[in-house]
Amino acid sequence: MNIVVCVKQVPDTWSERTLRESDSTLDRDAADAVINELDEYAIEEGLRLAEAHGGEVTILSMGPDRATEAIRKALSMGADKAVHLVDDALAGSDLLGTSAALAAVLGQIGFDLVILGSESTDARTGALPAMLAERLGVPQLSYASKVEVDGSAISIHRLADYGYDTVEATLPAVVSVVEKINEPRYPTFKGIMAAKKKPVQTMSLADAGIDPATVGLANAASEVTGWAKRPPRQAGTIVTDEGDGGAKAAGFLAERKFI
Amino acid sequence: MAEILILADHDGESVKKVTFELITLARTLGEPAVVWTGPGAESAQARLAEYGAAKIYVCPGPDFDDYVVAPKAELLAELAASAAPAAVLLPNTAEGREVGGRLAVKTGWGILTDVVGVDQSLSADQVIFGGAINVTSRVRTGTPIIAVRPNAITPEPAEGAAVIEPVSFTPSETARQARVTGKVVAERGARPELTEASIVVSGGRGVGSADNMALIEKLADKLGAAVGASRAVTDAGWYPHQFQVGQTGKTVSPQLYVAIGISGAIQHRAGMQTSKTIMVVNKDPEAPIFELADFGVVGDLFNVVPQLVEEIENRAG
Ligand SMILES: Cc1cc2nc3c(=O)[nH]c(=O)nc-3n(C[C@H](O)[C@H](O)[C@H](O)COP(=O)(O)OP(=O)(O)OC[C@H]3O[C@@H](n4cnc5c(N)ncnc54)[C@H](O)[C@@H]3O)c2cc1C
Ligand SMILES: Nc1ncnc2c1ncn2[C@@H]1O[C@H](COP(=O)(O)O)[C@@H](O)[C@H]1O
Repeated sequence: MNIVVCVKQVPDTWSERTLRESDSTLDRDAADAVINELDEYAIEEGLRLAEAHGGEVTILSMGPDRATEAIRKALSMGADKAVHLVDDALAGSDLLGTSAALAAVLGQIGFDLVILGSESTDARTGALPAMLAERLGVPQLSYASKVEVDGSAISIHRLADYGYDTVEATLPAVVSVVEKINEPRYPTFKGIMAAKKKPVQTMSLADAGIDPATVGLANAASEVTGWAKRPPRQAGTIVTDEGDGGAKAAGFLAERKFI
Repeated sequence: MAEILILADHDGESVKKVTFELITLARTLGEPAVVWTGPGAESAQARLAEYGAAKIYVCPGPDFDDYVVAPKAELLAELAASAAPAAVLLPNTAEGREVGGRLAVKTGWGILTDVVGVDQSLSADQVIFGGAINVTSRVRTGTPIIAVRPNAITPEPAEGAAVIEPVSFTPSETARQARVTGKVVAERGARPELTEASIVVSGGRGVGSADNMALIEKLADKLGAAVGASRAVTDAGWYPHQFQVGQTGKTVSPQLYVAIGISGAIQHRAGMQTSKTIMVVNKDPEAPIFELADFGVVGDLFNVVPQLVEEIENRAG
C-alpha cells in the first residue's frame, strides 16, 4: 500500500505566536517550530497500516526550507521517504491554494491512502482533508478515531458529537485522524540516524506542474485586513475558600443571573 | 436584497441553536434562505420563521446522513449557482467546515472559518492563536463562504415568511463514495451539546478520577449545562474524548464557563478563552486559569463544588 502522510510544520503553541506587520501572515521566525501535533498521530497510523499490510509511507509537506526539520522528524519515526514542496511563490497560500498545491503533488506521486491530521494548531481550519478529497475525487474519511483496511476496503470510526459513525469506502481514499486513534511513537536513536539517509525529494511549483496563479498570498481568495493583540481580560474577583467558597460562588452566579 | 444561504444544522427532529444564530446574522446581511437537508423541514418551519428565515430550500432526499459530507456540498453548490447569494453561512462545526471547504473547491470562492462576527461589508472577525489575537478578514474572490463559531452570535427572534421551496437534487456517484453504515450513540443523558450550551462546566485533572466526574456532572445538571473536560481528563480515560475542550478538542464560547480543577494551559485556554463569563475553582492560587476568571475560588473542589451544588438547590427550592 502506498501511503502518503501530509505533515505541516507549525509554530509551537507554547511560544508566543504572532502575525507579521508587513503582510499579516504568520510570523514563522517568532516562534519555535514543531510538527503539527495531530500529524504525528497521522504518521503513526500510516506506519501501523504499512506494518500490518505492507507498503511504503511517504511524508508530504508544503512549507519553507525550515520544514525539513519536521520532515526529518517524521522520517526518524519510521517513514520511508519524503516529498517537500517548497517554493517562494507558495508563501501565504490560503486553503484553496494549499489544497490545490497538495492535490497536484498527490496526483503526481500517486497514492492508495492519504492521511492527515484533522486540524492544524495554527490555521485550525479543519477543512483541508475534505478539500483534498474533493479535489482528488476520492472518499473523505475524516475525524477517524479508528481505521481498518482489508484489501481495497477501508472503514473508519468517524468521531461525532454523539459518539461516532462507522464509515466504509474503497481505496484510494483520504483519511484524517483525531488524537484518540493511537499513541505516536518516539523516534529511536537508530531511527534518527537512519532518517539522515532517507530520500527527501524537493519539488518546486514547476516540478509539480502547479500554476503559480493559483497559489501564494497575492492569489489567495481570502485576506487578512487587520489584526490586533487582544486586550487581556479584566481582572476578576478571587476569593479564598474559608468554608464558604461554594456559597460565594453561588452568590456570584446569582448576581449574574445564572441561577 | 440578495439571499444569504444558510446550511441548517439539525438532527431531523430539533433545530440546533447555531442555525438560529446564523439566521440572525444573515438578516443583517441580506435575505436569510435556509438550506434544509433531509427530513423534518415541515416541523421546523415555524421555528425558522420565528427567527426571520425568508425562505427554506428543502431537499428531503437522498438520505444525506448515509454519506459523509459530500452530498451536502454538492447541493449547496447547485443552490449557490441558481440563487446567486451574497454569502454562504455554515456552522463552524466539524461538518460545517468540511462542507464549506468542498464548496470552496467547487466554486473557487474564498472561505473563512471560525468566524465570530460579520459586518455589512462582509468583513469577518476571527480570534486566533488561542485567543491571543483579533483578526479581521474578508473574501476577495467570489462569494464569501463563512463558517461561524456556535454561540458567537446571540439569536434574536424576528418574523420571517419561511416559505418552503422544494429542491430536487441527485448526488453524483463521487459524492456517495464514503458510506455511513452505522451510528453509535454514546450515553450522554439529556445534557445540551457542548458547543451549543450556554453554560459549560468542565473538569480537569484535579477531579482525580473517572468516578469523581460525577461531581462535575451534578453541578452541570443543576445549571442546565454541558459537561466539558481538559485533555488530562480525556487522556486518562476519565471522560470521553468528544467532550475535550481546547486546541485539539472543541472550541466553546458559552455565556458561562466553569473550570474546575483545571490549570489553564494555553492549549486548554484556546478552546474556552472567548467565553463571556468564566468561573474557576482551583486549589492553587498560582494556576494560570485565574488570569481569565471573572470569579475564582481558591480552594479544594471537593469542598467547594458540593457546597455550590447545595446552595443552588437551596436557592431553587
Ligand atoms: C499540542 C497540544 C495540544 C493540546 N490540546 C489540549 C486541549 O485541546 N485541551 C486541553 O485541555 N489540553 C490540551 N493540551 C494539554 C495541556 O497542555 C495541559 O496538559 C492540560 O490542559 C492540563 O489539564 P488540566 O488543567 O486538567 O491538568 P493540570 O495541568 O494537571 O491541572 C490540574 C489543576 O487542578 C488543580 N487541582 C488539583 N486538585 C485539586 C482539588 N482537589 N481542588 C481544586 N483544584 C485542584 C491543580 O491545582 C491544577 O491547577 C494539549 C497539549 C499539547 C502539547
Ligand atoms: N502545508 C501543509 N503541508 C502538508 N500538510 C498540510 C499543510 N497544511 C495542512 N496540512 C495537513 O492538513 C491538516 C489539516 O490542516 P488545517 O486544515 O490547516 O487545519 C494538517 O493536520 C496537515 O495534515
